[in-house]
Amino acid sequence: MLSTRVIPCLLLSGSGLVKTVRFKYPVYLGDPRNVVKIFNEKEVDELIILDINATVEDHPIKFDLIREIVSEAFMPVAYGGGIRSVDDARKIIHLGVEKIVLNTHAVENPDFVSEVADVLGNQSVVVSIDVKRTFGGKYKIYTHGGRKKTKYNPADFAKLIADKGAGELAINSIDRDGTMSGYDLDLVELVTNAVNIPVIACGGAGKILDFAEAKKAGASAVAAGSLFVFQGKHRAVLISYPDQDSLKKTFNDS
Amino acid sequence: MIAIVDCGMGNHGSIQNMLLRIGVESIITTDIDVIKSAEKLILPGVGAFDKAMDNLHRIGIIPTLNEQVLEKKIPILGICLGMHLFSNNSEEGNTAGLGWIDAETVKFDFGSTNETFRIPHMGWNTIDVQQASSILDDIYDESRFYFVHSYHVRCQSSACVLATTEYGMKFHSAIIKDNIVGTQFHPEKSHKFGMKLLSNFLNS
Repeated sequence: MLSTRVIPCLLLSGSGLVKTVRFKYPVYLGDPRNVVKIFNEKEVDELIILDINATVEDHPIKFDLIREIVSEAFMPVAYGGGIRSVDDARKIIHLGVEKIVLNTHAVENPDFVSEVADVLGNQSVVVSIDVKRTFGGKYKIYTHGGRKKTKYNPADFAKLIADKGAGELAINSIDRDGTMSGYDLDLVELVTNAVNIPVIACGGAGKILDFAEAKKAGASAVAAGSLFVFQGKHRAVLISYPDQDSLKKTFNDS
Repeated sequence: MIAIVDCGMGNHGSIQNMLLRIGVESIITTDIDVIKSAEKLILPGVGAFDKAMDNLHRIGIIPTLNEQVLEKKIPILGICLGMHLFSNNSEEGNTAGLGWIDAETVKFDFGSTNETFRIPHMGWNTIDVQQASSILDDIYDESRFYFVHSYHVRCQSSACVLATTEYGMKFHSAIIKDNIVGTQFHPEKSHKFGMKLLSNFLNS
């Protein structure tokens, strides 16, 4: 039986990994090579690595660092951050990365998703959307690391981008990021109902049981940051990942 | 020497990384002389069937591959789309496959079930071993592997079915015929069981 993927989502800032709260206040975690090595030893299902400065600071993609990071990653890896051209995407795949993650540049130009999918295949294209609730209570998509509001609502954009050939959608709640207060399940349900491609729930996971809730809401996979890198009330940095048996139990029980 | 045949599409880097970890040097190539001198071949691939076949035609290595695999019986491992190319044809396109194994590549069809099965089939799933083979040494039912695909092969003869996997239906997730082995899953991205399968292939 296909198991629900549980994916650590790691944020690259400069040459180190950080974790944010509501896309702000980055806390340094460690060297990405070391952290990925630990996750590899724990046999994680998959990894997402996002360079959170590439687009906003307009700096080039760190191809050499990505190559080093993935050389010891024997699970699928998705990379996002600053991918502006088909050529960027192709280069990243050649380094040994399975999927590329598009965010700002997919929202600004949805046809870019088709261009990349045509060359790499749909299964290699993840579109990640960052969503915030406005004061009126409506969901809106933001780009540029949560700094720029767009006209899109998540369900319509999810449909559009699935039609453009995205193989997978990652739906991230800016309001829940780093809060460990649980996923925004309404948002997960809204998006999973809108499309038939796999959806990764992201933002807010604070305990393993949250994964089961996201699955119930329709998610095909769940991602988490804080839960896998912090320990205890004082958020001490400690890399962890649940063992397969407890994950199996969590998902079967739900 | 191990040659990773470059059909112009796919994650060759990942395979090379895993082989390095096992301690084996490999070369990603389209060079006919290199392919002719290789002890073993790996044909990876991710993407569209027709595009991959067109690439192989354009590079002009199909006669060489036929000779090495069918006449000289050089062991070859096809991964994902690479395995699809071993079949006669695919619903994904119109170009004929290599036709090394009597099989066709078809899209997932779940018929009328109430459950939703999203396509692609993406993630970790288990295999049911259908026949003994050295390529599956120390790999058992319930060993987990990483899959990502929308099409799968359907062998005409059960003699070619090495393992099956369940996703809305039972499909052929590993196939074998003499020196030809194919896996729908990605051993290069499947942690210890993937590493074991690749070692078995290298040692066979």
